[in-house]
Amino acid sequence: MKTIILMILGIVIAPILGGLIAGIDRRVTARLQSRFGPPILQPFYDVAKLFGKDKVVSNFWQVFCSWVYLIAAALSVALLFGQTDLLLVFFVQAIGAVFLVMGGLSTPSPYSQVGAQRELIQVLTYEPLIILVFASIFMVTGSFRIDEILAYKQPLLIQLPLMFVVLGYALTIKLRKSPFDFSTSHHGHQEIVKGVLTEFSGPYLGIIEIAHWYETIFILGICALFWHTSLVGVILLLVSTYFAELIIDNTMARMTWRWMLKYVWSIGLAMSFVNLIWLYAG
Amino acid sequence: MFKKFIENSRAKSPWIMHFDCGSCNGCDIEVLACLTPLYDVERFGIVNVGNPKHADVLLVTGTVNPRNAKVLRNIYDQMPDPKGVIAIGACGLSGGVFRECYNVLGGVDKVIPVDVYVPGCPAKPEAIIDGVVTALAKFEGLKG
Repeated sequence: MKTIILMILGIVIAPILGGLIAGIDRRVTARLQSRFGPPILQPFYDVAKLFGKDKVVSNFWQVFCSWVYLIAAALSVALLFGQTDLLLVFFVQAIGAVFLVMGGLSTPSPYSQVGAQRELIQVLTYEPLIILVFASIFMVTGSFRIDEILAYKQPLLIQLPLMFVVLGYALTIKLRKSPFDFSTSHHGHQEIVKGVLTEFSGPYLGIIEIAHWYETIFILGICALFWHTSLVGVILLLVSTYFAELIIDNTMARMTWRWMLKYVWSIGLAMSFVNLIWLYAG
Repeated sequence: MFKKFIENSRAKSPWIMHFDCGSCNGCDIEVLACLTPLYDVERFGIVNVGNPKHADVLLVTGTVNPRNAKVLRNIYDQMPDPKGVIAIGACGLSGGVFRECYNVLGGVDKVIPVDVYVPGCPAKPEAIIDGVVTALAKFEGLKG
């Protein structure tokens, strides 16, 4: 019963929180660029407006894929809030990520195609890192179940500091922030227009935006597991992580996917192994 | 209630798309100036998108000729309703000094319906922002 209540709570709260974070994100980004910035509620206005627009689709797959992306993202957040199995959560969110790529691939538009291919490479880059993070959490706490991880006495950050940095890479890729914003970006006036989202329009773009909020909360929720012992610690950790994310977004140039694959895999995997060996030796 | 929120949101988040029908670049840099920190139109939720499928407001600069009229029409058709069109600068309004040229059709309104005309050569950024805000009145009118 408690699990179901927590799951419903997750489904309801996550998009509201995610939208607010997106709004604060845009505001802080504007301040970093010495602009005034839009209102905090701007992402909600954007999505509401998108839902009020005409439904123009190229084919049925776009509708289907955007809905599956939303449902998978919402379900992964619900499973995370419901304190179930980390591996199950991981597989459900992977389904969502793959369906977004399929939606991009379903149209012959070159921008959409290129964006979808790049999105696929992004998924390929961060998924091994996330699974390594989950595996290292298992090695520390002895369980993949979130309720058992939460029962662990000390913050995971003490034993897994490098894994948190690795998760930071996954967060940056998932949020599509520089230097990893090449499949799509928040400001679409770039080299491949809007990449994987080019062919989505109106309500379906709105659905994808809401799914993106869910995903933001999903990754931040995983980050929160690293300091689960105190509420102040969780808030401190998440705020500083997200702020670091914004600083990186505003100071880095966009890179190529080859650079991302080489850099994230070499540094990410190296840090994972160092952390895991240290865990074993210590 | 939700419907009302959607209607209010239209005026709060106009995503603009900028199409240059062979302008001299004068109006174009004025449009882009609106997006710089000095004028910062993102305050009003205005985002410059590069994709007609995401856009709500189409900003057109320059003279329309038989070649780019097809492109302009195509871009206009790809924008989902509700949408607005703003013609910017003397060339966009009527063809400007080029209106007598053999290849110039005249104003943007010869090809697609225009909601707001922003005069000037080039149009001032303040006038362009004012034009976008005026175009929002069309969305307000849809409230019904």
